[in-house]
Amino acid sequence: MLKELKPAFVMLMALTVLTGILYPLLVTGIAQALFADAANGSLIEQNGKLAGSALIGQHFSDPKYFWGRPSATGPMPYNAAASSGSNLGPLNPALEAAVQARIAALKAADPSQIELIPVDLVTASASGLDPHISPAAAAWQAPRIARQRGLPLDVVGGLVAQHTQGRQLGVLGEARVNVLQLNLALDAMRR
Amino acid sequence: MTGNGYLQIGLYLAALLLLAWPLGLYMARVYAGELPVSVRWLRPLETGLYRLAGIKPDEGMTWLRYALAFLAFNLLGLLAVYALQRLQLWLPLNPQALANVTPDSAFNTAVSFASNTNWQGYGGETTMSHLTQMLGLNVQNFISAASGMAVLVAVVRGFVKREADSIGNFWVDLVRSTLYILLPLSLILAVMLVSQGVVQTFAPSQTVELSQPVQYEKAKLDADGQALQDAAGKPVMESVTEIWQTIAVGPVASQVAIKQLGTNGGGFFNVNSAHPLENPTPLSNFLEMLAILLIPAALCITFGKLVGDVRQGVAILAAMTLVLVGLGAVCIGAEQTGNPLFERLGLATQASDLSAGGNMEGKEARFGIVNSAMWATATTAASNGSVNAMHDSFTPLGGLVPMWLIQLDEVIFGGVGSGLYGMLMFAIVAVFVAGLMIGRTPEYLGKKIEAFEVKMAAVAILVPPLAVLLGAAVAVVVDAGVASITNPGAHGFSEILYAFSSAGNNNGSAFAGLSANTPFYNGMLGLAMLMARYWLVIAVLAIAGSLAAKKIVPASAGTLPTHTPLFVLLLIGSVIVVGALTFLPALALGPVVEQLQMLGVR
Repeated sequence: MLKELKPAFVMLMALTVLTGILYPLLVTGIAQALFADAANGSLIEQNGKLAGSALIGQHFSDPKYFWGRPSATGPMPYNAAASSGSNLGPLNPALEAAVQARIAALKAADPSQIELIPVDLVTASASGLDPHISPAAAAWQAPRIARQRGLPLDVVGGLVAQHTQGRQLGVLGEARVNVLQLNLALDAMRR
Repeated sequence: MTGNGYLQIGLYLAALLLLAWPLGLYMARVYAGELPVSVRWLRPLETGLYRLAGIKPDEGMTWLRYALAFLAFNLLGLLAVYALQRLQLWLPLNPQALANVTPDSAFNTAVSFASNTNWQGYGGETTMSHLTQMLGLNVQNFISAASGMAVLVAVVRGFVKREADSIGNFWVDLVRSTLYILLPLSLILAVMLVSQGVVQTFAPSQTVELSQPVQYEKAKLDADGQALQDAAGKPVMESVTEIWQTIAVGPVASQVAIKQLGTNGGGFFNVNSAHPLENPTPLSNFLEMLAILLIPAALCITFGKLVGDVRQGVAILAAMTLVLVGLGAVCIGAEQTGNPLFERLGLATQASDLSAGGNMEGKEARFGIVNSAMWATATTAASNGSVNAMHDSFTPLGGLVPMWLIQLDEVIFGGVGSGLYGMLMFAIVAVFVAGLMIGRTPEYLGKKIEAFEVKMAAVAILVPPLAVLLGAAVAVVVDAGVASITNPGAHGFSEILYAFSSAGNNNGSAFAGLSANTPFYNGMLGLAMLMARYWLVIAVLAIAGSLAAKKIVPASAGTLPTHTPLFVLLLIGSVIVVGALTFLPALALGPVVEQLQMLGVR
């Protein structure tokens, strides 16, 4: 083994330089040259200040906003410095309690909505930072937003449609609505 | 499942098998030393590395020397990762001034990354500096993968060579794997991922202004930073309003690319590929999921090409694919059927084009059910262990599939190199069993399989279950083991069993509710990872040495052909029977009983 220590040491150093320094630097160089916006976090600038990232959700609990997926990050929801899921098992009583509380909050914010609540709106996302909800979850909330903001329902519906992405390339993933961008567009409309 | 779900699965399998073929042939040329024109310009770099390290590339190694070189290299790498974590506060590229990692966590992480497990007891963005991620973890992502590929190539040479001492040169296999295979593929994948929104920057965290300030409760601290308590001994809470959101960023894309390609799986962020900055779109998800199985699948073709009969590799690839598809269907079905609780509470759980439905707890909206369950199947079939959904929140049956795929000794695709050499151990057992049935000395690829090979193959197959079952048994009877459980009941046992399955087979995924960053788990899981990787490699290389020394016997009427559907079934049977006999009792106590309980809840 001793005979192999010298080549082992030299190889470790050389491959560290190659894969630990040159490789990430090369990727960073190409990324910043070709896709600077994406490489820096897809940040949204509004009125001269940073209003968020198009890929990172924010917490909304005000009835005049669309609400996103419940977030299990601590100490506050949507903590993008410490991502986390709930990790609650399917039979954990804490899961049932959490989902019931979310159902109650949604119904309290809009008692007139009698449709079934889409499951993604009351279950915590994997990252705690999910920027999206399903189109069904947006449609469920649209009447509340329209009433709260004094807007016709079809205007709100049109805005939701604008911020709905279909399956990528028509096939991949799921259709989804970006909650932060939708809410920013709602706020911009008022001005 | 909707028609689109079937389409996505079909597309994935088609892309995987179509890409595995050319990549497999390319790798065969690289290992044979016949470099394709596209990478020939890197040749001076390769020879320069040998000269620098004083290596004679033409010098063959006996299996023992090959194993010692492998171990020396891995040991030094392990020490380097440990040192980087323990000193990171005083080293550069630590913009968040993250503290030095504790000794037990640093040991666990060093073993984890050196052994290609990439179990993460820590949260990436809150623990590791950019320098530690780059020079420690990222480097290990490459060289632990390259080490596994090197061992595989050595085993293949054992079959090809006749009456030889040497099974090749470890350093040459290591450098070629890194330089001509892992680096170019990672570079391509990393740039594609950035185009989708994966971050790649050395800047510190970004701060943005929230649209709606967030109010939350947190424990009130006294002047010394201790939590205040009221008369009843409960912590005093205070209400805090936050108007900023801090977004952790870093050199993520370069690390994600190799973590997927090298079946490493250690993410930059705590939630791994569920994080929108690590896996932002369905397309990035497709590419990352493809990268999980690409090299393990292609190596089957490489193996066939190197032993001079591609059909031999195709048979193994077919066996792996059949098990993958079968168990994947169970996982997707279970997650789409979902949790009866959600229907009882009056939620809409039907899948449609407007909603994924099913069990969405711990899943991301952009991936939905199909892509989350497919990923869980692929990442545990391979010893990758990256996740895009929280396995702990899967339905019991949906969580049983990834757990059992890990427990099958990580041979259904498995780790880069390690999956295939593990599967070759099962092939040896399969021809041995067949030989017993027809009463002839078993042969595989022209080599007689004798007592020594079968003994070593049995060791390689039984070491991981030993680490898993012993470890889990200890953890459920000591307080330090039970204290880390999050979920009550049978699910808590599943969390512990999953942790030891993952460490004892070098997978790295978790039922993450288990608080594993404790001295007990850091130590125990670290030992399990060491056993599973290094004991196994020694047994496997010993077989390679023994086979290389043998003559090649020409096939006769009594030889069992090993490229036929019959052999594929025999191979699958060996894997499934060993996996079922070893783990069904343990699984019955965890996910099986929990599934029955869940169906009882109406």
